[in-house]
Amino acid sequence: MAERGALAEGLRAYRLIAGMWIRSSMTYRTSFVVTVFGNLTVTGLDFVGILLMFSQVDSLGGWSLPEVAFLYGLSVTSFGIADLALGSMDVLGARMRDGSFDTLLVRPAPVLAQVGADRFALRRLGRVTQGVVALGWALVSVDVDWSAPKVLLVPVMVVSGAAIFSAVFVAGAAFQIYAQDAAEVQNAFTYGGTTLLQYPPTVFGKDLVRGVTFMLPLAFVNWVPAAHVLGRPYPVGLPGWTAFASPLVAVVCCGLAGMAWRTGLRSYRSTGS
Amino acid sequence: MTGSESGFSDGGFIELDGVEKVFDVRKKTGFMKRERRQVRAVDSISFRVERGEMVGYIGPNGAGKSTTIKMLTGILTPSAGRLRVAGIDPSRQRTRLAHRIGVVFGQRTTLWWDLPLLASYRLMHRMYRIPDARYRENLGRLVELLDLGDLLDVPVRQLSLGQRMRGDIVAALLHDPEVLYLDEPTIGLDIVSKSRVREFLRELNAERGTTVLLTTHDLQDIEQLCKRVMVIDHGRLLYDGSLTGLHEAGESERTLVVDLERELPPIEAPAPARVVRVDGPRQWLAFPAGESAAPLVARIAADYPLVDLSVREPDIEAVIAKMYADQAERAIS
Repeated sequence: MAERGALAEGLRAYRLIAGMWIRSSMTYRTSFVVTVFGNLTVTGLDFVGILLMFSQVDSLGGWSLPEVAFLYGLSVTSFGIADLALGSMDVLGARMRDGSFDTLLVRPAPVLAQVGADRFALRRLGRVTQGVVALGWALVSVDVDWSAPKVLLVPVMVVSGAAIFSAVFVAGAAFQIYAQDAAEVQNAFTYGGTTLLQYPPTVFGKDLVRGVTFMLPLAFVNWVPAAHVLGRPYPVGLPGWTAFASPLVAVVCCGLAGMAWRTGLRSYRSTGS
Repeated sequence: MTGSESGFSDGGFIELDGVEKVFDVRKKTGFMKRERRQVRAVDSISFRVERGEMVGYIGPNGAGKSTTIKMLTGILTPSAGRLRVAGIDPSRQRTRLAHRIGVVFGQRTTLWWDLPLLASYRLMHRMYRIPDARYRENLGRLVELLDLGDLLDVPVRQLSLGQRMRGDIVAALLHDPEVLYLDEPTIGLDIVSKSRVREFLRELNAERGTTVLLTTHDLQDIEQLCKRVMVIDHGRLLYDGSLTGLHEAGESERTLVVDLERELPPIEAPAPARVVRVDGPRQWLAFPAGESAAPLVARIAADYPLVDLSVREPDIEAVIAKMYADQAERAIS
């Protein structure tokens, strides 16, 4: 089957399955509203933590509150989108252990779409919403001389960031095919990654920042492009053009994650019965 | 259809040629030490199944039954050999094959656990691109045949095992598959559910000509459904043929139970018939399943005070157990 055909099939299957889960969650409207609100509150506590910190200090690693809020908003929004789209992938290992993964393989739809859309939950919009609110506040509060490229960079960061986090989700899922109890490893990179990016790179050690730039390029979600927008020095002394490299990094990450997924799927061994 | 797919056109609907599946098993033998071992789950199996056949695939746990089914559905990729279902290489064209096959796993459901049955069926309808009229007709017919009408709005997790199994069978057949694989379809079901499932499968095969391949532990499934049986053990095909032939191949024996007037020493029967058990006036005699019981009965009636008698057909389970034992013996010597 042609690559484009498989992609269209995948998106179609994703839409069908996600739609089914949305319909079923809407059966209990009150419960739905409560969980969305709960999700909004719980994820918002991260930002409350940052606000509390700034009640004691004026800057964090040399960055002001609106600047940190800018990082926070970008990290949470892009992660929130990826989490909304693919957040159920951490149960993949469990599905392999109990054998229910086999049932996905006998359906006429790409497995990645089926796994990604599994238990699709709109309540995860809570995280995206509070990320967007934080980002909006940061955009009006931050002291920046807005030029066209800088304005354009904001949506580019959100989209590229969501793609980079999605790639991490997929790569983590591929890894779970080999190590079926590795969901926590995946969570360390996804949830851990988004928490890391909520703080300025200057508060972390050089090696960590290097790792997050070159090994697992999460720095391109917000640190590098945000440094350009805010007029801050680039992490690990990267050249100026890298501020615009996020889409390229995202494409490469998605490509590699897709390859890892395919390789993993081919070596899938199923359970004993 | 491309040329390469029809290259085997003279063969059956399902074709396996020297198919193997080897698993690498790593075992922890100490801290950081691992031993690697290869396990041959399926060892050079060849067979073909024609369109419209109903075949039983039997063997003990770990014999390779499920592994074979998983290769036939594209879940697993064979390590060696050639495998085709309806001209399609399952593991390479998994999604294309999916439109033409139905799969029922006895021990796990293909339905969405937390959702009502009907929600799962609606999703199948769209996912398999079943034409609306077709979907309505199939759903109506299947739900009636399997008596699921009252359960369509019940979440799958609230169904009993038998109800869930029937629900799974409906899901597997909505898109009119040409072949239906059933992996242990009656496992854990009560007698009523079992017979309902069997009756349904018989009708499906007879009326719609659906090819059916089922693995089972329950030999009654085979006796009541399948003309053809394949026996597998240690990944090898031990037997492929009719159910009657299985008795001959397994050198199975029928049992003649005779009630005499009083307790007597074991009957002196002409060989190969022999007394296998004595309990008071009742005696059990074993004789080859292929032979008639009449001469033996006549002989006993002439020489002994006979009150009553009955003939017991050979137990297929015993036949297969014997087959495995012979196989093991051959392996040792």
